[in-house]
Amino acid sequence: MSIHEGKNLPRPTPETQPFWDAAREHRLLIQQCADCNTHQFYPRSYCTNCGSGNLDWVEADGRATIVSYSVIDRPVSKAYSDPNSAILALVKLTEGPQMMTNIVDCDPADIAIGDPVTVVFEDWTDEISIVKFKRQEG
Amino acid sequence: MHLLRGAAAIVGAADTEVGVVPDKNPTQLCAQAIHGALADAGLSLADVDGLITANSMAEPYMYHAEMMAEYLQIFPRHTLSLGAGGGASFAALHQAASAIVTGMATTVVVAMADCLRTGLSRDQAMAMQSASGHPQFERPYGPTVPAFYGLVARAYMNTYGTGPEHFAAVAVNARDHASRHEGAQMREPIAVEDVLNSRMIADPLRLLDCSLVSDGGSAVVLTSAELARDLKQKPVYLLGAGEGHSYEHISASDNLVSSGAADAGRRAYEMAGMGPGDIDVAGIYDCFTPVVLIELEDLGFCGKGEGGDFVAEGNLGLGGSLPTNTHGGLLSHSHSGNPGSMFALSECVFQLRQQAGNRQVADAQTALVHAQGGILSSHCTVILGTEVS
Ligand SMILES: [Zn+2]
Repeated sequence: MSIHEGKNLPRPTPETQPFWDAAREHRLLIQQCADCNTHQFYPRSYCTNCGSGNLDWVEADGRATIVSYSVIDRPVSKAYSDPNSAILALVKLTEGPQMMTNIVDCDPADIAIGDPVTVVFEDWTDEISIVKFKRQEG
Repeated sequence: MHLLRGAAAIVGAADTEVGVVPDKNPTQLCAQAIHGALADAGLSLADVDGLITANSMAEPYMYHAEMMAEYLQIFPRHTLSLGAGGGASFAALHQAASAIVTGMATTVVVAMADCLRTGLSRDQAMAMQSASGHPQFERPYGPTVPAFYGLVARAYMNTYGTGPEHFAAVAVNARDHASRHEGAQMREPIAVEDVLNSRMIADPLRLLDCSLVSDGGSAVVLTSAELARDLKQKPVYLLGAGEGHSYEHISASDNLVSSGAADAGRRAYEMAGMGPGDIDVAGIYDCFTPVVLIELEDLGFCGKGEGGDFVAEGNLGLGGSLPTNTHGGLLSHSHSGNPGSMFALSECVFQLRQQAGNRQVADAQTALVHAQGGILSSHCTVILGTEVS
């Protein structure tokens, strides 16, 4: 895990703790409104569609498509010079919400906007695993 | 008619030296800009009863405007320290005009300065790079500011089939203007090939698609239209102002190729009773080249997806239909952070006062300035003119 030394380690808050607890178990949890069924990410206390505070945690199916990406030639620090930090991307989950991520285990020349991707998890510490995505095979 | 329209005027403006200014700190530059703008207006510190600033990264204070007032030993009736990134400067104008109209203050100084080039420690520079990312859901991925804008650039290219040569045309135009400005940080003319051959920073953005990192400060003085008529300079009236706020973090954007500039522009045009065709000269926020295309489109100067051709056809040049960033912009004049767009404002003030020297746009009577902060997050458009009616 030492290759992740020096990276920007997220600090969970009471609002986001369930997300990080699940990520540690390699499950991607997002919220769904019990009143209007809207999915949302990042975690919040109220539904962004109807304002309800009645939110459930649900497991996302882990598939997404690439909305856009940028290939970082000048990393923010040495800690981010590994190839799996090089492609910064926005992806849209099947359930609807969008998230920032890295696309891992691929050559930047092989990806395009609209490509399907699948969730993977990168273990940084005993407490924190980071949600990343890789190209869907086939 | 909107009660802000034509009610306040910019009566003084001044820039400090910009670029690499190792012998001055941000507070000093801010004070210098304020004194310069007051001298330009023929006013003194005693006339100032409102002060609006934005914090400095290199020399931050908890309550920045209070600190500047203390430093200058003025005791305003109204102060405000704004934090909206690059968009703060024109949101500050919007505030200043509102304060004047409501009687919160009579004469308001808007001043900003920072030293991003020589004043930041290594840790501060790192913090600045990732500061705009969400701490839990963006920063872990190692984003840089150019990479955030790289997401925008690639989405734009993918949507409209725009090529890197269209982005490059924006940088070439800015440099051409800066070559005429003695104070600009980068004055050596460049060609499209130079941009396309410059080093990749965050694909598809290359070095010359990115704005500069600079020291510098700038200030303007606003007062009521009534008082403005008897002052030293020809008044530059605030005819319209509008803001648009879409999100803070780019990952919350539902459309990477359109921005809050559309809302900000529409609101400013409505207040001014004008449209894009009425604008003689413009200051468009150019932190990265693709941003100019998106803003030109959102502000109605051309259709969506047409920004690249609009720029490549030379419309932003001094002889074009919309001379833009005639000082050189953030790409070639300077980008000192929060103060960055203030220089586009002061340039437009000089243009409307027919004082822009070898960069003067003949008979310029109206100007539009637009700035955004964050990653296309917070937008403010201001329309200025030499006449109220
Ligand atoms: Zn709901």
